[in-house]
Amino acid sequence: MKYCEGRTMCFRKPSVLDFAAVAGKTENEGPFGGIFDEVIEDNKGGAETWEQAEALFQRRAVGHVLRKSGLEPDRIDLVVAGDLLNQCVGSSYGLKDYYMPFLGIYGACSTFAEGLLLGAALVNAGYMDAVIASTSSHYSTAERQFRFPLNYGGVRTPTSQWTATAAGAALIGSSGKPPFIRAATIGKIEDMGITDLNNMGAAMAGAAYDTLTRHMKHRGTHPENYDLIITGDLGQVGSDLLYDLFRRDGVDIKSRHKDCGMLLYDRTMQDVHAGGSGCGCSAAMMCGHFFGRIRDGELKKVLYCATGALMSPTMVQQGGSIPGIAHCVELSSEQGG
Amino acid sequence: MDYLWAFIVGGILCAAGQLLIDLTKLTPARILVSYVVAGVILGAVGVYQPLVDFAGAGASVPLTGFGNLLAKGVREAVDQSGLIGAVTGGLTSCAAGVTAAIFLGLIAALCFKSGSKINS
Amino acid sequence: MNISNEEYGELTKRRSHNSKLYKTVPMAFLTGGLICTLGQLLTNLYMMTGISRDTASSLTSISLIFLSILFTGLEWYDRIAQHAGAGTLVPITGFANAVASPALEFKSEGYVLGLGAKMFVIAGPVIVYGVSASVVYGIIYYIVGLFMK
Repeated sequence: MKYCEGRTMCFRKPSVLDFAAVAGKTENEGPFGGIFDEVIEDNKGGAETWEQAEALFQRRAVGHVLRKSGLEPDRIDLVVAGDLLNQCVGSSYGLKDYYMPFLGIYGACSTFAEGLLLGAALVNAGYMDAVIASTSSHYSTAERQFRFPLNYGGVRTPTSQWTATAAGAALIGSSGKPPFIRAATIGKIEDMGITDLNNMGAAMAGAAYDTLTRHMKHRGTHPENYDLIITGDLGQVGSDLLYDLFRRDGVDIKSRHKDCGMLLYDRTMQDVHAGGSGCGCSAAMMCGHFFGRIRDGELKKVLYCATGALMSPTMVQQGGSIPGIAHCVELSSEQGG
Repeated sequence: MDYLWAFIVGGILCAAGQLLIDLTKLTPARILVSYVVAGVILGAVGVYQPLVDFAGAGASVPLTGFGNLLAKGVREAVDQSGLIGAVTGGLTSCAAGVTAAIFLGLIAALCFKSGSKINS
Repeated sequence: MNISNEEYGELTKRRSHNSKLYKTVPMAFLTGGLICTLGQLLTNLYMMTGISRDTASSLTSISLIFLSILFTGLEWYDRIAQHAGAGTLVPITGFANAVASPALEFKSEGYVLGLGAKMFVIAGPVIVYGVSASVVYGIIYYIVGLFMK
């Protein structure tokens, strides 16, 4: 039986069974403080280095999911994880001690959606019963790797975003209970020609537009059919550009749209400029907040479109631009037919 | 009185840098390199030293002053030792600053730990 | 995509709010001016103890470098610099911070390969191009000098 429409995969079986989010001090001081399963106040949690700290965040997020599900690590068929760090060490070092079969993925900040859809596909096809999708990001490791040392007095531009120190993990299986993963569309790499390292939102908006458009076209839906269309971390600039792109097609997406990067922090009180970013940003918001609301039926139909900027400092220094990618997952409180 | 001129000239040089950051695509790193090289050139043609005499630290503290120092050092070294001065003069004149930065940077790295940038 | 990259670039420019010049430029002027004034104060103080102008100037640089690096270590420098912009970047304080911060940051990768190797990862270009420019000047100066004789 074919569960596809166009290149959008449609699922019957998978649900998100359990989910957990771990965050740092700044995230907990934002408007959604208190939603996280664990807050590591000093962003380090006893780790020696920032990279080890990020690994710790992800390890704890998966740990909470295991605890909530009552499953031992050896009952998990697969963990599919990735992060922003070189060689994805947040994931590999964070999860190695669980001894679960591991697939490392890289989607930049779209990683969590990528993990969810891969898990959903494997569960739907019957190959696996329990798949964990997890990801993390950390302000300090992102700055060290992509930008400047932490004590450096460089100025952040108004369009720049604040990498969230957070991790999220979700267990996918088939339980017959919400939130159900109904469909997913895999994104294509969209290069809009943006070369400004400090304006990732602009680099990603084109990809979000393309994936969302294709998803809704294949599903035969419009923005009004969804309670919310949630993007990962387009930020202020990226969101405005997304609205512009949809407006050119005569479609209003603004009324249904929320962006995790803009929600996670209070932009008037916290100095985060254009909003939050990082794999952990949307993962923490989904696992800490949105999955719960869908499970409880408060939100019936939601699109989660995580956006990633496939940015490489090397390529940018060589004069290249920053391509974007976005993966879309459709979640529902009702099981599909 | 010399404080006033130090303030004004130093302020102007920094404000100009800020305008470059905000209005052009130049990154701060490229702007600093331009300032140093500009300082060398202005020092070479003899225009910068009068500014230093007039505004004191207002001209010597900004990075253009560093460039001027390099030019001055090279000039004096060439006068003294001929062509080899072109190679020895620069680093010799700025030795104090560069060495201090290196050594104090090392000490600081040993004593302090990398910050956490908790956004409060 | 329903839009060309050029058009998208235009759209991006419109949607990307830029720095508020009326805030950043005066702040840069103020902080830069203050740092230079402090430098002048130090120079005068040193000269009062009988030190020559040139040595006092060197000592002033060293003092400002010391303060910058201290502030960098205490994590104060970055907080000031966020508001000051070019006001802390252009004076020698910017150079000192650019040397101390990677040394501090990459200490976790070892003293030799981390701290030592990465110390000039930000400030390196200033030395490379400053010194190179001075060498070029020196050669020109020497040749001109030959003709003048």
